[in-house]
Amino acid sequence: MQTVLQSLNGGLKRCFAQDERVVLLGEDVLDPYGGAFKVTAGLSDSYPGRVWTTPISEAAIVGMATGMALRGLLPVAEIMFGDFITLCADQIVNHSAKFRGMYNDQVRVPLVVRTPMGGGRGYGPTHSQSLEKMFLGVPDLTVVAPSLAHDPGELLSHAVLEDEDPVLFIEHKLLYSMPLLTGGGTVRIRRVSEANGYDTVLLMNYAEGTPDVTLITYGGMSRLCAPLLEELAEEEIRVLVALPSSLKPLPLETLAEAAAESRRVVIAEEGTEGFNWGSEVASLLYDRLWGKLDRPITRLATADSILPAAREMEAQALVSADALRNALLEAAA
Amino acid sequence: MIEETFYKQMITIRTVEQRLLSLFSEGHLNGTVHTCLGQEACAVGVVNALDRDRDILFSNHRCHGHFLAYSDNVDGLIAELMGRTTGVCGGIGGSQHLHERNFYSNGIQGGIVPVAAGMAFAEKMKGSGAIAVVFLGDGTFGEGVVYETFNLASLWSLPVLFVAELNGYAQSTPTAMEHAGDLETRVDSFGIHTVAIEVNDVHCVHSTARSLVEGIREASRPALLCLRTYRLGPHSKGDDTRPATEIERYRTRDPLLQLERELPESVRMAIRSEAELRVAASVANAMDAPIAGATRAVAA
Repeated sequence: MQTVLQSLNGGLKRCFAQDERVVLLGEDVLDPYGGAFKVTAGLSDSYPGRVWTTPISEAAIVGMATGMALRGLLPVAEIMFGDFITLCADQIVNHSAKFRGMYNDQVRVPLVVRTPMGGGRGYGPTHSQSLEKMFLGVPDLTVVAPSLAHDPGELLSHAVLEDEDPVLFIEHKLLYSMPLLTGGGTVRIRRVSEANGYDTVLLMNYAEGTPDVTLITYGGMSRLCAPLLEELAEEEIRVLVALPSSLKPLPLETLAEAAAESRRVVIAEEGTEGFNWGSEVASLLYDRLWGKLDRPITRLATADSILPAAREMEAQALVSADALRNALLEAAA
Repeated sequence: MIEETFYKQMITIRTVEQRLLSLFSEGHLNGTVHTCLGQEACAVGVVNALDRDRDILFSNHRCHGHFLAYSDNVDGLIAELMGRTTGVCGGIGGSQHLHERNFYSNGIQGGIVPVAAGMAFAEKMKGSGAIAVVFLGDGTFGEGVVYETFNLASLWSLPVLFVAELNGYAQSTPTAMEHAGDLETRVDSFGIHTVAIEVNDVHCVHSTARSLVEGIREASRPALLCLRTYRLGPHSKGDDTRPATEIERYRTRDPLLQLERELPESVRMAIRSEAELRVAASVANAMDAPIAGATRAVAA
């Protein structure tokens, strides 16, 4: 069974094999180390001269990759921890995502910035965050996050080879070692193609009929979904989960359809609560489904605080499986 | 005649920018204007040392001179600042965000430096023989990403020329009030070759830049060219707090005046009037062009 890490690593290797314009920059990415999370393992041995290990210079990594993209290469910039993405903010906001628009469509910036987000490993306040919400409001930037039910390597390969605009590609640390969800048994999987090439996956714990509740979530939160769906199936609670891989732009049609099926919606994410992804999704769903929902939308997120290192404290701050189960039960009741 | 070519380019830049300031006062420009009055020799000297067909230029907020020295596109620049669809970026970019062929500019201090280095890296990988030039000012040395880039450019032997136009100020703040030590020797420890010259004479800028460019192209090593210059105009429009006596002192050393001494008056007058006619025609063309974002053209 393939893990998320294997899928991403395989996707990168396919990109390098298919197109010699693909290059990668990042800290500690060379073999035999192969990156802090090993996503680039084996790349530099196979493609010397196309994988570059950098000093601890996140802004320059993304800045240089942006320049390479402007001049016809297909660069992938790896930022070792998602927490460090703040150091790249100027490059993403004022350079890579700006050039095409401000130069009146005369240039393209086919850049992918990959970075792992997420807590649950006790790394503490500056190595555990989910900061993607800070970049959701950047015009002309696509933000993608694979879940366990996606094909992460395929999404990455699409971002690198097919997408001609900058993509912030969010991986989740806890997913790396987990096997991909392939369906079968209680949990059924349906894939919905989206216009921008980043598909949405629907999970169901029922074979027929309409769901009792719809869960909209993404990325690392998907690790909680399959066990929860199996558990709730035993209680005869039918759950539809919508897992978009494109956080921005949102696949609104797909999400609205999924929400309308049950008329009861829970939105969950690992970023901190308030001014987040769920706020936007909920707002757009209210616009679309005004008068067609049976109850207010429930939103779950990490506490609006720093993420402590101590195990119990960190667990209390993050969205737990229990909190998610309770929210779904309450919404379905 | 190289003197004539340089004079033509410098006087075109001067004439365009003086007209831009008056267009601003007349209410024809939206936003702001950063002119390089007095610094034209930097643009003309450096850009003429490059191969315009393959080399890359990345400029900053004070980019009109670099742009004109590269493209000679007076029409496109004036229309861009006047917010016309015929501007080089259709009016979207305005004064600080220009792009044409291998020329790019952006209004963020320092952020363009790694981008230019990345472009140089791409060209090196492609084996095109192109180099990238990026323009900095005194104030840009305050940005951390500049030092990240100095390090990487040297570490990876990138064909990039950093050009620092040191005009003594960052907006209103004198260099001595914001930088410790010596800017011109800062990159020594990165192993980047530096040449620093006074900008009195465009020929000196040109020959210095040309020899640096040849060296960079041959050895694929970065270099820094420090140009000690002076801005005769305000930072942007009328925001000048420098002592008038200081500005007057530099006015007598204007590199444009130095170059004029090399040319007969008849030649100067002919070039000057041609530049004035070109600029007037470009303004008229822009006035007639469709307003960007408007549903109909507005009569001038």
